[in-house]
Amino acid sequence: MATCKYDWPAAGHRELIGKSIERIDGPEKSSGRAKYTYDTNPPGRLIAKTCSCPYAHAKITSLDTSAAQKLPGVKAVLVVHPVGDEIQWAGDEVVVVAATTEEIAEDAVRLIKVEYEQLPHLVREEDLKKAEAAGRTKEGGESTTGDPAKAFADPDSVLSEGFYGLPVITHCCLESHGSVTMWTDPKTLKTWVSTQNVSGGPGQFGQGLRFKKVDVEDNNIETICQYIGGGFGSKFSPDRWGIEAAMLSKMAGGAPVRLMLDRNIEMEMAGARPSAYAKVRVAAKKDGTLTAWDSDSWGTGGPGPAGHPPLPYVIEPPNRHWKHTAVLTNIGEARAWRAPNHPQACLITMGALDDLADKLQMDPIEFLKKNVNLAPPILRRAYSEELVKAAEMADWKKNWHPRGDKTPGHIKRGVGVSLHTWGGRGHNSNCNIIIRPDGSATVQLGSQDLGTGTRTVIAITVAETLGLPVDAIKVEIGDSKFPYDGASGGSTTVGGVSNSTRRGAVDALDELFAAVAPSLGVQPADLEAWNGKIQVKGDASKSLTWKQACAKLGVKTIQTLGKNPGPCHLGDSGVGGVQIADVSVDTETGQVKINRIIAAQDCGLIIDMKTAESQVYGALIMGVCYSLFEQKVMDETLGVMLNPNMEFYKLATIGDIGEFVVHMMTGPGYDERGVIGLGEPPVISPGAAIANAVTNAIGVRVPTLPLTPDKVLAALEKGEKA
Amino acid sequence: MSRKKDRPQKAGSSEKSSLTRRDFLKGAGVTVSGSMLVGSTIASAASPGPEAGFVGPGPVPVTLRVNGKVHKLNLEPRVTLLDALRDRLNITGSKKVCDRATCGACTVMMDRKPVYACTVLAIEAEGHNITTIEGLAADGKLTPVMEAFVKHDAQQCGFCTPGFVMACTAYLERDHNPTEEEISKNLGGNICRCGTYRGVRHAVLEAAGMKGGANGNM
Repeated sequence: MATCKYDWPAAGHRELIGKSIERIDGPEKSSGRAKYTYDTNPPGRLIAKTCSCPYAHAKITSLDTSAAQKLPGVKAVLVVHPVGDEIQWAGDEVVVVAATTEEIAEDAVRLIKVEYEQLPHLVREEDLKKAEAAGRTKEGGESTTGDPAKAFADPDSVLSEGFYGLPVITHCCLESHGSVTMWTDPKTLKTWVSTQNVSGGPGQFGQGLRFKKVDVEDNNIETICQYIGGGFGSKFSPDRWGIEAAMLSKMAGGAPVRLMLDRNIEMEMAGARPSAYAKVRVAAKKDGTLTAWDSDSWGTGGPGPAGHPPLPYVIEPPNRHWKHTAVLTNIGEARAWRAPNHPQACLITMGALDDLADKLQMDPIEFLKKNVNLAPPILRRAYSEELVKAAEMADWKKNWHPRGDKTPGHIKRGVGVSLHTWGGRGHNSNCNIIIRPDGSATVQLGSQDLGTGTRTVIAITVAETLGLPVDAIKVEIGDSKFPYDGASGGSTTVGGVSNSTRRGAVDALDELFAAVAPSLGVQPADLEAWNGKIQVKGDASKSLTWKQACAKLGVKTIQTLGKNPGPCHLGDSGVGGVQIADVSVDTETGQVKINRIIAAQDCGLIIDMKTAESQVYGALIMGVCYSLFEQKVMDETLGVMLNPNMEFYKLATIGDIGEFVVHMMTGPGYDERGVIGLGEPPVISPGAAIANAVTNAIGVRVPTLPLTPDKVLAALEKGEKA
Repeated sequence: MSRKKDRPQKAGSSEKSSLTRRDFLKGAGVTVSGSMLVGSTIASAASPGPEAGFVGPGPVPVTLRVNGKVHKLNLEPRVTLLDALRDRLNITGSKKVCDRATCGACTVMMDRKPVYACTVLAIEAEGHNITTIEGLAADGKLTPVMEAFVKHDAQQCGFCTPGFVMACTAYLERDHNPTEEEISKNLGGNICRCGTYRGVRHAVLEAAGMKGGANGNM
């Protein structure tokens, strides 16, 4: 195979790539020194609070902010929704107030008098007929491939029918949404934003402010985010309340304004993962070959449609039909939630296939192996290998049994399997690589590290390329003044930043070689960077230390721009992944306990094994959260969220999670694909794997997540097998 | 809001006992959830002495001793210790997340006992030695717990991390040789969203080993 100048080093020539390397910002975080948006306290910083609508659907009939305006310490009051505006969900901000202290801002909010005319609302969507009767549904797409009717009618086929679903959940980022903004002069805006999109900040602020008739050029806006306390898809812009903070700052003479949403408001309106419910029919030949799929699905993502789960998921029989209906509800708007629409599609599909395998009296892993050729060609190899690997790690042959654990007693154990996919191609990325005469090396780009390890991946890539240790590289990200880098969403960051920094570092090294070659009496092409030296290929005795080499630059500094996309194959799209859950269910209490979750995951060439594994562990734990605990509970009558807080919006704690075994697929077949993103894929399967494991344990399906004790007991009562 | 308060104390006097002479439960009106961390603090509160009076609702002088340094502030009695630290003193390692004693991100130590700073009033903290995460690694050198967090990657976004490090540090000061099961029980008062619990378990086990049972400067 022809080599290309920017290619990743071959397996035997990687000092750092693929090794398990500690995250470089770990000490900053564990010591509490890392400064987040919420921690930003410029002198004179005001605090803003929102006056929010308590109703799910209402029209504002009167509004009086005069008492709030007069309260000493209040510096700016901005009406977001004037009289006559219609509010579409509870928690939406009506007025925002900036004051010298949080207490005064809260008092001011209490002094605002708003009157509403309540309008009819819909906040629950499980009952599609009810939503249709209320006129709150919208076609969400339909498609037919092959001849499903004929395939289902085939007398030789085995059929399975079922109902599967999962509710709306929130992101619950530990750092709430918001920003600190200040006008350093009447034309210049400085913003600190808890954002997954640092480079996009100036354009987003500019557009939002000009829409509100505030004159500003994108050029004069800076967005900073050194550390972000979680995003998961919910923080791609400064949001409406970021624009409002900038307007409050303007009204307050440019003083810094901090507007971080209160937890309850954040949970009501700053992001929700759409629900999905589906009635499914599937059919296979008696030998297990899948022949047909039919699904009628619905779900809600708030007042607007939110796409549809890609059904059937991954394994596509030749004859298939799906139809989706969007239910329009008065809850906060949907936002991308780690792997948008995939966990939903995965739970529905893998649940239906698991039920069909049971009808066929087949081991579900054998059933998936039999049908893996119905997956996209690029993924078949990974799935085949991952199914074998995961089964081995889970001791599947020993632990799997036909449905319903026959062990005496009330603790029933079961295992379940699921597989998933994601794209993850690297995003558009630009970086500066700077090598100075004293040997210091810097990389700059307007990226962000959500905790995925972006900084570390950048440092490793540049260090590997320049033949230096990781700590020799100064990584500067988190500021829109640096070269443009895409938003961190859809598992695109590590692919993007590793590819751009690889290209930039190779070019920078070429310039260094050109400066050094004469003194070593060779051509630049004869040189390589290795182990802190610039040396002649094949003759390591002819070398200069990195510092000596850089000194040859004289007064010149090397600066190159690395880009992605660009030449040479450094990355790809499309990963697989197989997970197996092992659970115990107490049939007296209905409690589900996670024993173990096993994950076999591919993502092309892995830059840092440690943070890659952490992504998978974290995703599995998030998976446990949404499988067992999480739900945005809406009150049908009042139209409000009943658990907009962290004591009743349940997340797993350290004792709830069980054990994990993670295996990253590496080596031939994986490495040569180049770098592919990893953030989303491992969070997709846990719901399906855990639900299937519970079914295997108790012999009946609990149709919807979360698998709470009440639902487990109800399923047991309804079913017969347990 | 009015609350009963002892006569103002002079800074530095009677540092250890002032909480027990404040009517925390009755006066502060703070709802106490089932939090084990704050619970230990509340349990030590007793009825006010006969000389108790009222302060507030306006700002009152408050002296806070944080990481060995004395800070004189003027705060309304309703200001929480967390807000005082973060917004008045710019000591921001303790994070504001749930703001109602559920998640542990605001964990600090009061006289080496872990408390949720979001549910302690600043005036309640007067007279106590407050240690925040900044006070653990004051010289810039990581503590064994912090080092173990880095080594075992017990952090992703890092927003829960300072609270977790505080809780782990305080826990290891009372239990030098915990089992994995005990760790799960005792650190159930801190919530992580990114899913770093596995790393935390390993970090605590490692830090306990590094400490070797000695009650050193964790």
